[in-house]
Amino acid sequence: MVLIMIIVAFTIPFFVSSRFILHILILCCIWAMAATSMNLIMGYTGQVNLAHGAFFGIGAYSAGLLILKLGIPFWPALILACAITVVLGFLIGLLALRTKGSYFAIGTMCFNVIVTVIIDSWEGLTEGARGLLGIPRPPPIPLPFGKEIAFTSVAANYYLILVSLLLTILVIYRIVHSMMGRSFMAVRGNEELAESLGMNAMKAKLLSFLISTFFAAWAGVLYATYIGFLSPEISDYHVTFELLTFCLIGGLGTMVGPLIGAFILTIISELLHGIAVPRMVAYGFVLIIIMIFLRGGIMGGARMLWLRLGGKGGR
Amino acid sequence: MSLFIQQVLNGVMLGSVYSLVALGLTLEYGILHIPNFAHGALYMVGAYLTFLLATYLGFNFWLAMILSMIALGLIGVLVERLVFRPLMLESPLSSFIAAIGLIFIFVDGALNIFGPDFKRFPPTHTQVFHVLGITITFQRIIIVGVTVALIVLLHLFIKKTTMGATIEATAQDREGAQLVGINVKRVRMIVFALGTALAAAAAALISPIHLVHPGMGGPVILKAFVIIILGGMGSLPGAIIGGFIMGLVESLSGGYISTAYNEVFAFAVLVTVLAVRPTGLFGAK
Repeated sequence: MVLIMIIVAFTIPFFVSSRFILHILILCCIWAMAATSMNLIMGYTGQVNLAHGAFFGIGAYSAGLLILKLGIPFWPALILACAITVVLGFLIGLLALRTKGSYFAIGTMCFNVIVTVIIDSWEGLTEGARGLLGIPRPPPIPLPFGKEIAFTSVAANYYLILVSLLLTILVIYRIVHSMMGRSFMAVRGNEELAESLGMNAMKAKLLSFLISTFFAAWAGVLYATYIGFLSPEISDYHVTFELLTFCLIGGLGTMVGPLIGAFILTIISELLHGIAVPRMVAYGFVLIIIMIFLRGGIMGGARMLWLRLGGKGGR
Repeated sequence: MSLFIQQVLNGVMLGSVYSLVALGLTLEYGILHIPNFAHGALYMVGAYLTFLLATYLGFNFWLAMILSMIALGLIGVLVERLVFRPLMLESPLSSFIAAIGLIFIFVDGALNIFGPDFKRFPPTHTQVFHVLGITITFQRIIIVGVTVALIVLLHLFIKKTTMGATIEATAQDREGAQLVGINVKRVRMIVFALGTALAAAAAALISPIHLVHPGMGGPVILKAFVIIILGGMGSLPGAIIGGFIMGLVESLSGGYISTAYNEVFAFAVLVTVLAVRPTGLFGAK
């Protein structure tokens, strides 16, 4: 099943020539990447991190600034941008992770707003509301025999972003199914209990937080170089809410949930362009209806259906 | 010195509005555990209701305000019944997403009905007082006065009436309240009606000074969440004091340092408080 999906994903550019559809798929992949990383801290570690959009934005802006202002090539910039974001994430996490539950959620939301305001107001560095223009696409990767992979076509960018998404999923899947993942889930289940068993809950939370900011930053860098333009809105708390919506509509704490959420909602929101009712009003109704009628998101709904049909799978 | 007093007065005025919104939100979030992000959108609806009643129907300010409080209270009950009640037993995150859906519906709905332009109230209560080099408009005095009156009324309602006692009981222990025969569903409806009515009052009070537009709820709801966390979840005095702190920080930092970083200062206060006391000023351990 997974293999078929991957093969389909890789062959899509061969029979879909529409640049528009590929563009939508690329956006889906970027959002799926960010949502998957958010799922690690939120779904598996149980910490409602409402600063995730800020890390996406910091990653994107770091890469944009490194490439444009310092002239650093794409690949080192990608690594540096992720490193910068993780260091900032470390500082924020150290402070914010002392709090729990709603306090953590709103505390991180404050950080998100602060980050956006700083990006918006620090015009000397970030160009403020005018935004960063003309971030170049990644340079070609040289191959043996004088060939190279150039990132001029939409399809090439699609592959770069698809591979990044698959890597993200692979790494997070491996983490979730390792001892580290078990310690994250122990914190989610009951933090006090986990600590009383000798676990360092703070360490587990911080680690999960940092890994998730790393991938958020990576997704941000890909967004920056693909779109080529950044404005402060890309770090806004609305981005965080959107990612949260993807995770919850898809199914929080499942591997496929955030992917399904990101793809389905991005596509629904594109499809809603054609209808008579104002688009966002319709989108709002879709969200509420899914929330009320599909408990646990689309994955939760699918599992319920599976159980009802007599399947013995599910858990 | 007069700049200082002027800014403090502005801060108290802003703080009054924040307190009212935060009180409504702390009822919904602190007591019912519904992270109602749509509270700001409802606040915006309240402002439009007041505006329509005052301009198109020509009611006077007070009547418009009371009618819009009642109307928004009813809308609040409806929202609770249709959207949040089915999610009662789910994780609060489900309600959070549903609330985001509501924001889309209300804000985009208002955008389509009224357009994106700012609406200005007909001038009311424009008398200006000059005391010791400080300027105060009558509307600002009304804001503070009405806020104090509403806070006192809310306090009396919760402490002195049976209905208020059922709210307090539900806040302390939902299962326990159900066991002694309190109809928790009814409590939820009353709390929601109260919360949204307070939002309507806040919106009616501020909109003659600030302008009415579809996006007006966004910044307010963010601050309201910050305030109730600052004060401690579910604490009514916390929401009131937090509201005034937020108003004062915002107007003083705006007056003395920079208005561009206004929100940074306001939110940095919360971050600082949480670093010292992770459960807010009045929060239980």
